[in-house]
This record gives sequence, C-alpha cells and structure tokens, in this order.
Amino acid sequence: MTSIQDQAGATTPSGMPDLTSSSVSGNRNRVGTILTIVSGVFVAFIIIPLLLVLWDVGGRGLPLLFNTDLYTELPPPPGLEDGGFGHAIIGSLMTLGIAAAISFPVGVLAAVYLAEFGRGTRIAYLVKFSANVLTGVPAILIGLFAYTIVVRPLGSFSAFSGGVALGVLMLPIVIRSTEEALLLVPNEMRQAATGIGATRFQTITRIIIPAAMSAIVTGLILSLARAAGEAAPLLFTAFNNSFWNTDPMRPIATLPVLIYFFSIIPYKPQQDLAWAAAVVLLIIVLTASLLARFFSRAKKF
Amino acid sequence: MQTQVDNQTQTETKRVFKLDNVNVYYGPHLALRDVNMDIMEHEVTSFIGPSGCGKSTLLRCFNRLNDLITGARVEGNVTYHGANLYGEKVDPVVVRRKIGMVFQKPNPFPKSIYENIAFGVRVNGMKVNMDEVVEQSLRGAALWDEVKDKLKDSGLSLSGGQQQRLCIARAIAVQPEVILMDEPCSALDPISTLRIEELIKELKQKYTIVIVTHNMQQASRVADVTAFFNAEAVEKGRRVGYLVEYGPTEMIFNTPREQYTLDYVSGRFG
Ligand SMILES: Nc1ncnc2c1ncn2[C@@H]1O[C@H](COP(=O)(O)OP(=O)(O)OP(=O)(O)O)[C@@H](O)[C@H]1O
Ligand SMILES: [Mg+2]
Repeated sequence: MTSIQDQAGATTPSGMPDLTSSSVSGNRNRVGTILTIVSGVFVAFIIIPLLLVLWDVGGRGLPLLFNTDLYTELPPPPGLEDGGFGHAIIGSLMTLGIAAAISFPVGVLAAVYLAEFGRGTRIAYLVKFSANVLTGVPAILIGLFAYTIVVRPLGSFSAFSGGVALGVLMLPIVIRSTEEALLLVPNEMRQAATGIGATRFQTITRIIIPAAMSAIVTGLILSLARAAGEAAPLLFTAFNNSFWNTDPMRPIATLPVLIYFFSIIPYKPQQDLAWAAAVVLLIIVLTASLLARFFSRAKKF
Repeated sequence: MQTQVDNQTQTETKRVFKLDNVNVYYGPHLALRDVNMDIMEHEVTSFIGPSGCGKSTLLRCFNRLNDLITGARVEGNVTYHGANLYGEKVDPVVVRRKIGMVFQKPNPFPKSIYENIAFGVRVNGMKVNMDEVVEQSLRGAALWDEVKDKLKDSGLSLSGGQQQRLCIARAIAVQPEVILMDEPCSALDPISTLRIEELIKELKQKYTIVIVTHNMQQASRVADVTAFFNAEAVEKGRRVGYLVEYGPTEMIFNTPREQYTLDYVSGRFG
C-alpha cells in the first residue's frame, strides 16, 4: 500500500529513480483505473448504438444492394415482388439540389456579412440569434412552414416545396459553419490584402473566401448530409410519388419518405426495399462525412 | 511652407509626409497625442520607444490602416506630398497602393509564392509582364535565388525569415513610393534580421521607409532619422503616447535633447 517510501519517490535497487507507475501511490492508481473504466463505458454508450444501427441496417439491407434493379426500377405494386426505388433516388437528389441552390448562396452570403461586415452590429446579432433559434425548430414544423408558404399558394405538393423545406433546415447550419470558417482566417490576412491596396471586395473574394474554402465546403457537405436523412419536412411538401417524376412542381418520392411509408406496410418486398433504401441513405451520409473530413484535412494556416 | 531649401545642391530631399498636431483615439480614449514631424524622401525613419507608446498606431496613420479598426479616429493633419491624406475625396485604397506595409508577423497569403506577389499587381490593375514583376520583386527582396525553383509552392512553406522577405517582395511588387514596416524582424533570427537590414539599406535608394523597431542596434544601423516616443500616465492608469523628439539617428543616440532619450537608447532607466 502507500508507504512513506512510495510517496517520497522510490528508487530501484540499482539506485536509479523508479519511474514506473507502481511507484505512484496505490490510491491514485486505483482512481485512475476506475475513471478509465467509467469513461470507457460511456464511450461504449456512444459507439454501440452506432455499431448496432450499422449491423442491423447493414445486415438486412446490404445483401439487397447488389440487385441493380434497385436503382433503376419502380417499387412493385402491393403483393408483387422485386422492383426498386430509382424514383426516390432521383427525388432525393432533386430536393437536395433545390435545397442547396437556396441555402448555399443565401447562407454563405449571410455568413460573409456576419464575419466581414457586421461584426458587433445589431443586425448581425439578430441574424445570429435567428439562426440559433432556427436550429432548434423541429423539422416537422419547418415542413409545416414550407407547406404554408409554398404548397398552399401553389396548390400542390411538389419537389420544389420539399427543397424549400430542406433549404430552410440547412440554412442555419450553413450560416454558422461558414461564419466560423471565415472567422478562422487570421486578421493578418485582411490587413495584408488591404495593405497592398486590395478593396474590401477583392480581399474577401480573392483572399478570405479561398483561404476558408475547405472549411466552408466541409460545412456545406455536412449540412447536406443532415438534410439527406430528413423525412419529416418532406411529408407535407414533396410528399410521395409511386411513379417517376422529374417535374419540380409535382410531388416526388424521396429516400427517407419511402423508408417511412414502406416500413409501416405489411408487405415483405416493400419492407426489404425500405431496408435497402436505409443502407443507401447511410452510405450517402457516411460518404459525405468522409468527404467532409477529407476537405477539412486540407489545412491552410 | 518650404523651409530653407538648399538651392545650391541638387540632392535636395523632398518631404513626403508632414504631420501636424496629430492625435489618435481608440473609441473615447486618446492613444497618441500631438505628433508633429516630417518624413523625408529616400530616408529611413525609425520609430523607437517603449511598448504601448503608439508607434504602430502612428505607422497605421500613414496608409490609413487605422480605418480598419472600428472606433479608431485620427485628428489633425497628415499630408502626403502636400495633399491631405484624410481629405474627403481621398480613396484609402489608392493611398495604400502608394504606401505599402510590412507587418510584424510575416503574413503571406495561403497561396503560391508566385500568386502572393501577383495578387497585389492584379488588384492594382497594373498592365505588366507578371513573370518579370515576380522575378524583379523577389530579387529586390533578396529571395529570388532561394525560391526560383519553387514558385508554385505555398508561401506558407517558407521559413519565417523567407516569409518576411516574401512579404517585402509583395509590398514592392506594386511599386509603392513608401514602405512602412512594423517590427519586421521581431520574429526572425539574427541572420535573417541582418539580411533584411541590408535589404532596407538597398531599398531606400528607391523607396522612402518608415520602420518601427525595438532593437536599438537595428535603429542605429539602418535609420537616417530616428523618432523616440514615450507614454505618460493619465487618469485611471491609461497611458497616452507622445513624440519625445526626433532627429538624425546619430544625434538621437549620442546627444539627444532629452536625458530620458539617452537613458532609453542606452538601456539605462531610473
Ligand atoms: N485596435 C486597438 N483598439 C484599441 N486600442 C488600441 C488598439 N491598438 C492599439 N491600442 C492602444 O493604443 C496604444 C498604443 O498601441 P500601439 O500598438 O500603437 O503601441 P506600440 O508602440 O506599437 O507598442 P508595441 O511596441 O508593443 O508594438 C496602446 O495603449 C494600445 O492599448
Ligand atoms: Mg506595435
């Protein structure tokens, strides 16, 4: 146990200082071990659900992925087998594309304003506050919002309204991540550019944004990954469609909504499609995260 | 206005800047008061003085970089070849194209060495042979031989001393008339420092240079004129900087008017 010798820094028989952990008091060692175990348990709490999801979804969905019909066919009518969800892949791409077309420019410009022009102003505070509130708004409410301002006036569910809903969902993520990316660019860069006669506009477009580009792209990808998995905002907007559609003004099927509908109907082929779609979604999201990591690796300063 | 111009000799030096009763405020607080001085063409003027006495603040008045600092305000008169630098019609961007700056911390852009120099030339809309300008500027900053084979590499891949010379090259590429340097050697080793000092001596043939330094030897080595600043306490522990005196470097270092200047430059305090 803890002898006085232990406390005073033990020496080995050879006279050299004992630097092994056994020279530290037993108590400290034990507390350390317990804390290590506790934190290990919590780590397991985080990792195990992820592994279970991957295992479960992957186990059921992966074997189905090799059937190329999955990506090119429509789902079978109830009671029949085979088919795929090609229409939902196109639908997801379309709604995400529309969402990106809305949220990327608006969000990035807002962030440029926040980081470069509006620092410390009232408007900037208001924009940031709104973005924070928007982050906390449940996705289903964002769907209802898009329903009210797009679906009702236009009189029909549509891919476009789904894109609007996802775009609103992504907006605060885009604003915040882009602002942080811009603020990471050291002020010396702004001074340096200004000091050789660059205008503010030139400084921002040619120095600051390129310097922050990898971090900005990372944020954009993560916002897309977040939106790709959302079903709730699409239920009242893009809704669903059992057939091919590329008209943005008509309802469209998407992967999350397809999963939602097919997982609650009592037909095995449809349930299988839901599992396969879940794996496809997972792969998309994981790939996006990896891409994001790859971009954020490209450190500039 | 012109005082006693010596008409006999042709080496008449022209006045580039003239400061009259310049005060600088940050928000409500006076940081630097009542500066009167002239900066002469093709001379190296050094600013010395204890930390916080407003050397960088004054330096930033010459190229209106204080405009970037919210709340900063310059009072009094700063003229550049007789024109009011703070006149209503003056475009600070144009001012900064004529008056370049090298900062305390080397701050190359996260771009290639070539692009670091080309950027300034492009934003200035200069119609030139870019390859030539890049080479000349790098030669001018005594960096060409070290980087000529890796112009495509990032400016950030260079050592600190090389980066600082790249920043000097970047400044001279836009052919300014004046180069302001804020402690350009404070992050550098003695060898890089000496190289940059030699460079400064060469550059003054073509440019007018104002340099802030904490290194007394450096001031005595490179400067023709030295200005000594100090700060005095005002209420609530705030300090206000002021110009104690300025004159030929030799005079400031050997026979200054104020005893305190002599104590400072020779490292004696009491
Ligand atoms: N951006 C700023 N905002 C507010 N106050 C400032 C700012 N920059 C400088 N000051 C104040 O102005 C005074 C002079 O600062 P300045 O940086 O000009 O000193 P300096 O002589 O360059 O010092 P050093 O030798 O340490 O670089 C200091 O009291 C400082 O607190
Ligand atoms: Mg300073």
